[in-house]
Amino acid sequence: MSRNARINTLLLLLVAALAVIPLAFGLGDHKEEPFAGADGEAETAITEIDPDYEPWFSPLYEPPSGEVESALFALQAAIGAGVLAYYFGLRRGRRQGEARARERSVAVDTDAGARTGADGGRD
Amino acid sequence: MHIAEGFLPPAHAVAWGVASAPFVVHGARSLVRDVREHPESTLLLGASGAFTFVLSALKLPSVTGSCSHPTGTGLGAILFRPPVMAVLGTITLLFQALLLAHGGLTTLGANVFSLAVVGPWAGYGVYRLLRRYGVPLMGAVFCGAFVADLSTYCVTSVQLALAFPDPGSGFLGALGKFGSIFAVTQIPLAVSEGLLTVLVMRLLVQSSKGELTRLGVLVTSAAGGKRAESAGAVAR
Repeated sequence: MSRNARINTLLLLLVAALAVIPLAFGLGDHKEEPFAGADGEAETAITEIDPDYEPWFSPLYEPPSGEVESALFALQAAIGAGVLAYYFGLRRGRRQGEARARERSVAVDTDAGARTGADGGRD
Repeated sequence: MHIAEGFLPPAHAVAWGVASAPFVVHGARSLVRDVREHPESTLLLGASGAFTFVLSALKLPSVTGSCSHPTGTGLGAILFRPPVMAVLGTITLLFQALLLAHGGLTTLGANVFSLAVVGPWAGYGVYRLLRRYGVPLMGAVFCGAFVADLSTYCVTSVQLALAFPDPGSGFLGALGKFGSIFAVTQIPLAVSEGLLTVLVMRLLVQSSKGELTRLGVLVTSAAGGKRAESAGAVAR
């Protein structure tokens, strides 16, 4: 593995570790509902501060179940990841294509040079 | 984690909407201008938006025992300047508000203000400041992304504390409460976002040198020192 790839892998491992450590050490165990969303906790905090507050608007569409919701979140991540992968794939392909075109033109140049040399000899 | 639908009183919802609107309009204008002047950068713009899409879909566990997600706005702010991110961030927020019941239309203004306005500007500001003082590219990118992420959730906490001051301890008491929910949870996630942004920037430095130079992220002056500096940043 090149030095570059090693550093990139290390960065990914660090991110994974940051996500896994709270789970592995049970840092959510003191909660009634471990690892719930912070936005849900904020809603609870609002009702603690102002027990009379009623949300005055509800979402136009609400995913009917946790499964559908997770599917839509996965869709969002997939769209993003797809576009990113397309971008980097395209760049890599272009770079390789350019490198190959350069090699070919160098090869053609030397070919042509050799041929004109031979032509010159015949004249 | 955005403010949920209907959870800001109408006056606050309208006020934040009014505060955000000029940024989004200005952002849309500069986005159109960017694309018109540099059609070749459309692809990288799309990739920056895509990065926000991926990161704001990743709900990650944090040390506080709750979950939140990064924002992904630092990268685009560093590459294309913050106004463009006001638009890309708003698109992401709309997607989540309309399809996922995450965030909301009535709280869109407030959420745009935190995620798509303050976050990108704060991150960009830190990035530029650090670059000016000679911090290597990747160090500045990490700090910029970290600040963009964390400041977003600090603003969310302020917004909620303004709307729901604690009856006993007032605004500051409520700020402590919301801050401990949002901002503290966010610290490790902001580190993750910083690392991921550095990763993507490294890949960009490898793959899109010309583009990054045009955007002023990479400096390719003839001076060997500058080149060594950016090479060192790549190697880090």
